[in-house]
Amino acid sequence: MPDHTNSKLAVRGCNITMMRGGAGRPLLMLHGAGGAGIWLPYMADLAARHDVIVPEHPGFGASDTPDWLDTIPDLANFYLDFLDQLDLKNVNLVGHSLGGWIAAELAARNTSRLASLTLVAAAGIHVKGIAQVDSFLQNDEQRVRAFFHDPKRAEEMLKHLARPELEDINLKNRTTTAKLIWQPRGYDPHLHKWLHRIDVPTLLVWGDDDRLFPKDYAFAYQRLIPGSKVTIIPECGHLPQAEQRQAFVAALEGFFDTMKVAA
Amino acid sequence: MKFFNFHLMPYRHADLDAIEKHGTAWVTYSNRDYDPEKGAELYHEYLDQMELADRLGFDGVCLNEHHQTAYGMMPIPGVLAGALARSVKRAKLAILGRALPLLNNPLVVAEEYAMLDNLTRGRFIAGFVRGIGAEYHAMGINPAHSQERYAEAHDMIIRAWTEPGPFQYVGKHYHFNYVNTWPRPYQKPHPPIWIPSQGSSSTIRWAAQMKYTYAQTLAPIAVVAKFFQLYRDEAAKAGYAASADQLAWSNTIYVAETDAQAIREAKPHMEALANKLLKMSTEMLLPPGYSNIDSIKRIRAAKVTGKVQTCEDLIRAGVIIMGSPNTVREKLAEYQDLAGFNTSLTKTQFGTLPDDMTRANMQAIAQEILPHFRDRLPQGKRQAAAE
Repeated sequence: MPDHTNSKLAVRGCNITMMRGGAGRPLLMLHGAGGAGIWLPYMADLAARHDVIVPEHPGFGASDTPDWLDTIPDLANFYLDFLDQLDLKNVNLVGHSLGGWIAAELAARNTSRLASLTLVAAAGIHVKGIAQVDSFLQNDEQRVRAFFHDPKRAEEMLKHLARPELEDINLKNRTTTAKLIWQPRGYDPHLHKWLHRIDVPTLLVWGDDDRLFPKDYAFAYQRLIPGSKVTIIPECGHLPQAEQRQAFVAALEGFFDTMKVAA
Repeated sequence: MKFFNFHLMPYRHADLDAIEKHGTAWVTYSNRDYDPEKGAELYHEYLDQMELADRLGFDGVCLNEHHQTAYGMMPIPGVLAGALARSVKRAKLAILGRALPLLNNPLVVAEEYAMLDNLTRGRFIAGFVRGIGAEYHAMGINPAHSQERYAEAHDMIIRAWTEPGPFQYVGKHYHFNYVNTWPRPYQKPHPPIWIPSQGSSSTIRWAAQMKYTYAQTLAPIAVVAKFFQLYRDEAAKAGYAASADQLAWSNTIYVAETDAQAIREAKPHMEALANKLLKMSTEMLLPPGYSNIDSIKRIRAAKVTGKVQTCEDLIRAGVIIMGSPNTVREKLAEYQDLAGFNTSLTKTQFGTLPDDMTRANMQAIAQEILPHFRDRLPQGKRQAAAE
């Protein structure tokens, strides 16, 4: 029996694709700029205790690129519609990088369907004076190398991405990413003013060696979101869920457990 | 044929080895390499060359716009156009062009161009471009908005020139309560509009539909011929026959006594332009969203960036023309007949070419080439040749 399903879904006229597997409390995973990709081992790990839902954002992969898509706040509002349509409750919302930015915007707007928020190496705010890799000036190979702490993991990822059949999807994802994050680069200048409204338990998971959004961003988010906790994963770059899968899954499960104790 | 002296105004004292090592002369190449004393001299040297072009009988002089690069020192071409508006007495003055999407208020171009049109009493030619990809890195403008912003800015400028103000403009990217541009342009209904492009089929189609002069930038003549044929086809579809006056080819010409001498003299300066000042990565040239995905794939597959080209390669491909007066005349006539253009946008200075050699080249072109083409129109079996 397959451990997940792939499906299509229309939300207010916008068709998106979605992976879903496991059982338990819903865990909505919002992917980063690279797209949703395939059902990955960390998703299967989390599916042991959760109903893991991984939609592909409008403008990415096989999902539609609707006329209304201009900004990350557009996607935050889209996912509020999505939560309503699927009538999901007590959702553990997890967002990585660009998806973390969407998650933060969503939670600043409305947490009524959320049980918790987890931001992983998230974009969305700006921290002055922190050097960040300009991924738009890098070629595909340089960009992948910048993701990882361990160069060997970058090599594996490069082999996977070298498949020519992925070129169209990669270009589509890059185009949508540019549209969403080019200017201001990777943040919403107004978001930091409203993060105090997030009133669900919040975890901030970062790689110790993240060169795109260095861990200073985790602590900046922590100062802005009341009661939020930071977990820094050692020997880890911008993709904790891939580079340090076990530590990543343990951090999330530990966080969910403490919430249960608190409740 | 009409001849325009097209200047890129390169910072020709740039440290070419440092550029080679850094990988590009654009955006991330530090302006520490710019020496203001040398730069000031260059501005005057180049403006003097433009004034000489006017006296020598060139039909026009052209400026353009690029940002944060040693490739060209014209981030604000209107400053230089203002300097030339009174000293260039007879020739047309063209800016090819202002990069409209880079501006948060493109109405400043309506104002600037209208001022230049008044100053020159109607000798101004208005160019509109999107800017190359590097500009979007340099100016913090989203490349995915480039086409939409260009279309809106263009429409707003044309309306500002042709509709009595004030009126309101509400677009997706631009919003103004009062559009009421003073001065109004001198020419009626507005200055001629020229559209330079690298050869995007959608741009060519649009220029043909609008009856705007299409100017083809740096490309092999066989490709130029194909693009110009596309323009004529699109004009025919739009219900009219395009004239050769609507097509301009941007080239480089260098004339010396013999072919060998021309190549020997021009080679290092031309190769500095092609392989150092123009060099940039695909990521810098083509940020995501700047072109549609099919165009990006085509350009990536062609690997246009980073290919080292010799002066001889460029001559052979018909990107540039260099040689004895006789060779240059033969080639130019052949290319005019092949591609069917009636304006030559000619760089007489290129790369690191110094002032004395540039002036000698301009003199030679004025004496040996211009008179032979003054009344020459494209001839022969163009359509067949282009196919």
